[in-house]
Amino acid sequence: MLVNGQEKTLGSEATVKDFLESEGYKLHRVVVEKNGVIVPKKNFETEKLFETDKVEIIWFVGGG
Amino acid sequence: MDLLNIGGKSFSSRFILGSGKFSLEITKAVIEQGGAQIATLALRRANAGGKENILDYIPKGITLLPNTSGARNALEAVRIARLARELGCGDFVKIEVINDSKYLFPDNAETIKATEILAKEGFVVMPYMFPDLIDARRLRDAGAASIMPLGAPIGSNKGLLTRDFIKILIDEIALPIIVDAGIGKPSQACEAMELGAAAVMANTAIATAKDARLMAAAFKSAIEAGRTAYLAGFGRVLEQSAEASSPLTGFLE
Repeated sequence: MLVNGQEKTLGSEATVKDFLESEGYKLHRVVVEKNGVIVPKKNFETEKLFETDKVEIIWFVGGG
Repeated sequence: MDLLNIGGKSFSSRFILGSGKFSLEITKAVIEQGGAQIATLALRRANAGGKENILDYIPKGITLLPNTSGARNALEAVRIARLARELGCGDFVKIEVINDSKYLFPDNAETIKATEILAKEGFVVMPYMFPDLIDARRLRDAGAASIMPLGAPIGSNKGLLTRDFIKILIDEIALPIIVDAGIGKPSQACEAMELGAAAVMANTAIATAKDARLMAAAFKSAIEAGRTAYLAGFGRVLEQSAEASSPLTGFLE
């Protein structure tokens, strides 16, 4: 799986929520795009990730 | 009370603070010293491990204004705006479409396209633009909630180079005109407010000051002074004569 441009290996079947929590993210602080499509927050618990997925994990940073 | 109304919200502060280039530790103090009620943010890939998120450093009650920096065309701006809204911090978005790498000038045509799409989706759209009256009308017609013309190139601290063109927008467009980009000094922010700008946005002027907190406080005072002067209405100017301020009668013998 490609996460923010880095190769990641999924140990076992994981939902977006499982993956984010295992990586240390707070769910309310990030937005996720899977293969170019936004994953709505309400689907974090049901949306599954696969090794072929391209995932972007985005959040706010300082900016003008 | 004199309030700035945008997208159904009212603000007593007319200072919009850009949150870039600061260390996270001083972000809160700068917002507080500036009295800002709106702060811009950008969207980027999250840090590994979810460490050091700016939202942990922004005081509660601040309206967040995500920008679409990084977008080179309308569709990229739309994508970033949708991602921002999914973060659940409101519908405000500052459209920023830039594909000029030297002066970082905004692409007005792409900005208009993005504004039209996002306004239809219910966003409160605040487009950053090069101050052109015809394009400002197009942005208004596309559903913009305010117009954000640049004073000078982003981050240049060169001041209100586009002064006369911004004044035209203030006179002709019935939306809040917010001067964004290039303002380097409180006196320039004050001048923009004296012209009738609805607000001023600054980031680099504060972030590159020796003491960012103090400079934020200076901008706050200058913006308030300019606004008060605008509301007071300026006295007339005599081009080639003078008029005594003291009475011309009752002189001492």
